[in-house]
Formats: sequence, C-alpha cells, structure tokens
Amino acid sequence: MMEHDIVIIGGGPAGLAAAVAARKAGIQDILILERDSCLGGILNQCIHNGFGLHTFKEELTGPEYAARYIAMAEEEKIPYRLNTMVIDISKEKEVTFINREEGLSTVKAKAVILAMGCRERPRGALNIPGYRPAGIYSAGTAQRLMNIEGYSVGKEVVILGSGDIGLIMARRMTLEGAKVKVVAELMPYSGGLKRNIVQCLDDYGIPLKLSHTVVDIQGKERVTGITLAEVGPDRKPIPGTEEHYDCDTLLLSVGLIPENELSRGIGVTMSPVTSGPEVNDCLETSQEGIFACGNVLHVHDLVDYVSEEATLAGRNAAAYVQAMEKSSEEESGEESGEKAGKKAGHQVPLKAENGVRYTVPQTLDIVNMQDSVTVRFRVADVYKDRYITVSYDGNTVLRRKKKVLAPGEMEQIVLKKESFSDYPELKNIVIRTEVE
Amino acid sequence: MEVRELICIGCPLGCPLTVRMEGSEISVTGNTCKRGEDYAKKEVLSPTRIVTSSVPVKGGVIGMVSVKTKSDIPKDKIFQVMKEIHEASAQAPVAIGDVIIPDCAGTGIPVIATKAVEAKA
Repeated sequence: MMEHDIVIIGGGPAGLAAAVAARKAGIQDILILERDSCLGGILNQCIHNGFGLHTFKEELTGPEYAARYIAMAEEEKIPYRLNTMVIDISKEKEVTFINREEGLSTVKAKAVILAMGCRERPRGALNIPGYRPAGIYSAGTAQRLMNIEGYSVGKEVVILGSGDIGLIMARRMTLEGAKVKVVAELMPYSGGLKRNIVQCLDDYGIPLKLSHTVVDIQGKERVTGITLAEVGPDRKPIPGTEEHYDCDTLLLSVGLIPENELSRGIGVTMSPVTSGPEVNDCLETSQEGIFACGNVLHVHDLVDYVSEEATLAGRNAAAYVQAMEKSSEEESGEESGEKAGKKAGHQVPLKAENGVRYTVPQTLDIVNMQDSVTVRFRVADVYKDRYITVSYDGNTVLRRKKKVLAPGEMEQIVLKKESFSDYPELKNIVIRTEVE
Repeated sequence: MEVRELICIGCPLGCPLTVRMEGSEISVTGNTCKRGEDYAKKEVLSPTRIVTSSVPVKGGVIGMVSVKTKSDIPKDKIFQVMKEIHEASAQAPVAIGDVIIPDCAGTGIPVIATKAVEAKA
C-alpha cells in the first residue's frame, strides 16, 4: 500500500490552503484527492466579486481567488488527483478512493485533513407539496448551470430562501434577462449578508418577503407557478395569506449542510449543531491525526476565513506528522509515554450558551495551545445591543459590546494563552450573549 | 429637495440612512459612524458597481469563461454593459486579465477574463 504523510480530502479553498500550509511547515509528501475535474471547488462557479478582502487586501471574483491558491499549490509542486472520489477512510487512516486510471485503490496516511465542503439542502428536505416538474433547482445548481455550463435556467423566477447563494442568483438571473419576482424567507430575518441584500435585491428592486414560504408548486411538466403564504411565529403558514405567482423556475436557497459521510464512516464525534466534526484547538477531530477545516467543519460566509482556518489545520497536521516521526526515532532509545515535545495537555470544553449556538473549536488545550486561538461561532437570532462575554469557570474575562448580531454573520473572538495563566485547573469556558 | 432612504453596507449593522439633497448640499442622518456618511454620499452622487458574468469561449477545454468589469462602472450603465457582454465571446487560450471587451458601453472600462481557459488539444 502506498503511504503518504498527509492526505487531504478535497481540493477546494480549504484543501488547497491546508496543503500549502502543510508544505510550508516542512511536509514533502502530501496528496490532494479531488472528485471534480479541476481544483478550486465551489469558487469556480462563484463568478461574482467580493472575495479576498481579508486574505489579499483586494476584491477578487471566486475564480480569481481560487487561481491564487491553485498557483501556490502548483508552485509548491503539491501532487493532486482529479476525478477521484474518496469512498472510505478507516480509523487507521487508510483512504480508499476510486478513479478511471487506478480503479479502486487505498493509500495509508499519517495524517488526514477533511476538506470536503458542504452541499445544499434539497427540495426533499422541505416538504413542499406539489408535483415534481422541471424548473425546480437548488440555487447552487442553477449557479453552476448558468456560470459554468452556459445555460439560461429560467425566465420568470421565484426564490425561496435568502441565503447568500439565493441572493447572488437573484442578481445574476436578473442580469441575464430573467424576471425575479420575489425572494421569500421563512425566518423573520435574512440568512444572507446585508451587503448582498442591498447589492443583489435592492439594486434591482426585487422584493424580499420575510416570514413567508412556498406552500404549493403548480405545473406538471414544467413549473407554471407557486403559492406563497405568510407564516406565524411557529413558522406554520397562516390560512388566508396565500398569494399566487406565475413563474417557470423556483430556486431553493435553504441552507448548506457540511458533507460528512466520510467523517461519520471514520466514527469521529459529530456536533449536532454544526453537522460537522467536533474539533480541538488544533482542528483535530476526536480521532487522533484526523483534522477538519472549511465548510465540512462548519458553514462559513467568507472564503477568507476558510483559508485562515485551513492554514491552521495544515500546520497542525504537519506538526502531528513531525511529532510522530520524532517519537518513533526516540522510541528505539527510551520509552516515552507522551508524544515528543508535547506536555500532558489540559483539554477544556468551550460551551455555547444564551444565544450562542455553537463554537468551533469545541475544546481547547490550555497547556499546548498556540499563543492565541480564534474561536468562531454563530448566534441563534438577530440581537441588538448585546454583549458577547467569555467566562472561565464563571469569571467573566472578556466582554465585548455588539450593536448587532445576526445568524447570517459568523462572529469570532480571540482567546490568548496568557489569559489562562491564572486558571491552571480550568474546567470550562463559556461563551454567551448578555443583554446588559 | 430630494430625499432618499438607503441601507448602509459598511458593516453588519446596516444602519437605515436618510439622505437629503438640496442643490450641492447633502445631509445624511441615521448613520452611526463616519463610514455611513461617506457611503451615502457616494451612493447618491455616483453609485458604482463591478459587473460580473460569463461568456462563451471557442476552442477551449471548457465552454464558458467568467468575466468582470476591470473596475466599478456607473450603476445606471449595468444593463448596457450586460448587453455588450451577452454579445461577446472569447477565443481559447484565455488568461486571467485578458481583455474581452476593450471599452464596455462607453465607460472607458474594459471587461476582462477572471479565469484561465486552456485551448483544446
């Protein structure tokens, strides 16, 4: 069986940034496995601008952002296989994949980085009554058909869900000559970034109907119309509020789900909130030597943060492989119970409370952590004038006022190692929102 | 006097802005910081946007190449720019930054490729 130091599952923005970081940290033997026919992942179809403001300090389109990282990976001569689907990863880090050249093969890795991204929630998950006519697409599928394949998708459009892809597609279809009649959102707030609402809907006079959902789809061969209804606080349609729209296309932008079939197969502990693996501050899953980053870990709004997170995963995977090699060298001399160069850790759980839905990472090793660790999280609802507070065993150590918090915008706080020096016996870290 | 309502996109707060224009006098209210005022003034005086799309590419390994206006163009020119983009096509090989339309809709701004497309062997 072929062996590699690090095998990376997925060649999108997370996989590429992880690979480049691992190489820069000194790991020569890296392999990226990508199921598509090119690297870059979802960025290839995100032809709009707004990427890279943090990473490159300029505003790029998706393909341009991808090209920068592909160029870095090629400059580092990092091997990758395209059209290659990983079908299984074992606890022993044996990665089984399939492609046309090699058929079914298995490689063994010292460390694995999960970077499979996410996929869209489909119609089947929504329980919308009606036939199954042509003309119903998830927003990302329509985006791919239009931007990469060059099809026109539809002429009269209704969009359900105000996630960023739905908003971007409302503008895109309008520019291509379609009439986008309305964007309906089940929740009383949009799931997308504010600037997308302004630049994609307001610019083109497309109405956004909050607390509305699709209750019927008409048409047998092709969509001929849909019925929209207002929903109450229980998110159930209110009888008598139904409104009909003629349309030939319905786009669904109703959420992204991390794609974790492989992770579940390994048996790593999953978070029910993020639908991604639980990780420590090294972005290592419950299975030693298996790391996760990007949208497979939790869905991001900005690729810049994916790159940052994946860079950390790449570096930590490299450090893991290097520590493993060092300890196997030392083993021949004297037995050591601990990993080389690493002190016994002290893992502390991070708890999300009172309006904070989750945190990534979920645990933090206050002994072995880097000088600082970025904790990312989302809130449960739209909040105004609240504080984000962090407490160690009940003592508030950080308190930051936020004028506005929204579920559609990921938040982050940075915890410094020195802040733990007074808490050697720390039992928990709590992140919560507070009104006053 | 002309009054316009805007939503600031400077940060996630999204302040509702009211802009009052009287001749060359512009006053902004509703903003909670300086950025809101700057955004509102630009937005009422000369709103601009970068336009992105994709055009067919002949003889390439893929069928479409993504494009953008090299810099932001006046907002009221968006649909004229799109009309010219709809009529445009590219010839492979294409490199990032290749000019697809030299001067789009009389803006003086070119439309350039944002993706490399290799020629079909």
